[in-house]
Amino acid sequence: MPPVTRWFIKSGLLYFIAAMGVGLLLVVPSSVALPAPIRAMTPTYFHMLMVGWVTQLIFGVAFWMFPAVGRGAQKRGDERPVYASFWLLNAGLALRVLAEPLNTTSPGGVWGWLLVVSAILQWLAALAYVIHIWPRVRDTKKPRRLEK
Amino acid sequence: MPLLSRLYIRTAALYFLAGFTAGASMLAHKGVFLHPLMWRLLPLHIEFLLFGWTFQFALGVAFWILPRFEGGASRGPEAPVWLAYVLLNMGVLLVATAGLQGDAPMLTLVGRACEALAVVSFAFNAWPRVKPFRVGAHDGLV
Repeated sequence: MPPVTRWFIKSGLLYFIAAMGVGLLLVVPSSVALPAPIRAMTPTYFHMLMVGWVTQLIFGVAFWMFPAVGRGAQKRGDERPVYASFWLLNAGLALRVLAEPLNTTSPGGVWGWLLVVSAILQWLAALAYVIHIWPRVRDTKKPRRLEK
Repeated sequence: MPLLSRLYIRTAALYFLAGFTAGASMLAHKGVFLHPLMWRLLPLHIEFLLFGWTFQFALGVAFWILPRFEGGASRGPEAPVWLAYVLLNMGVLLVATAGLQGDAPMLTLVGRACEALAVVSFAFNAWPRVKPFRVGAHDGLV
């Protein structure tokens, strides 16, 4: 299993565990006093599950298992967009987890702008990953383009 | 990777980008006001990323990697998988369009029906392929 696959899956597992913790907090009865930003984490919770866990698991496994486009160390093609995608996605999502609940309870200001940055980072992560994986969705009976 | 899987996975990737674009726009809008109708994108965002991306990607990979049959069409009849592809994407686009319009329950109903039929159609191909390796098509139906 290649390193970036392990990074995606392990990071995904951490998000999965954290999301389940947040899910628990969200169903704590309202009679129990919790900080207001915690109560505002419903959208964050869904995105920790769907982006943090499901998307990262797909990214990691697809990078590992999809058809090769080259040989040897280059068999998976240019890996730089995938590494970029990993860091962009995790930075963007972490920023969201921090800024979204705080922006809900104190709208505008720095938290709002951090959400804009988070959106851009996550969008770039998606774009970088698709740029990498697109040529690997290929007919394995045809010769590889990067064959050496 | 067979043609149908490539079609499913590349279409899923396009929905992924479109869904992430909608999501990123709404997230940015949550922080800094961008457009009064931005939240209309929410149903499209959910539809594109759940059905268009995640489920379609899973179906494409399943058609590729589920056990094959020996001899003949190794992955079983392809017609139901083609039909599922058309129905699923019609459904996703209809439900997303209904969401953009705000209140279009009939369009949503037709879209969801297309998606449901797509799943049934796909299952016609996938069901007998969920079997031990080196078992014929008929045995897999048990």
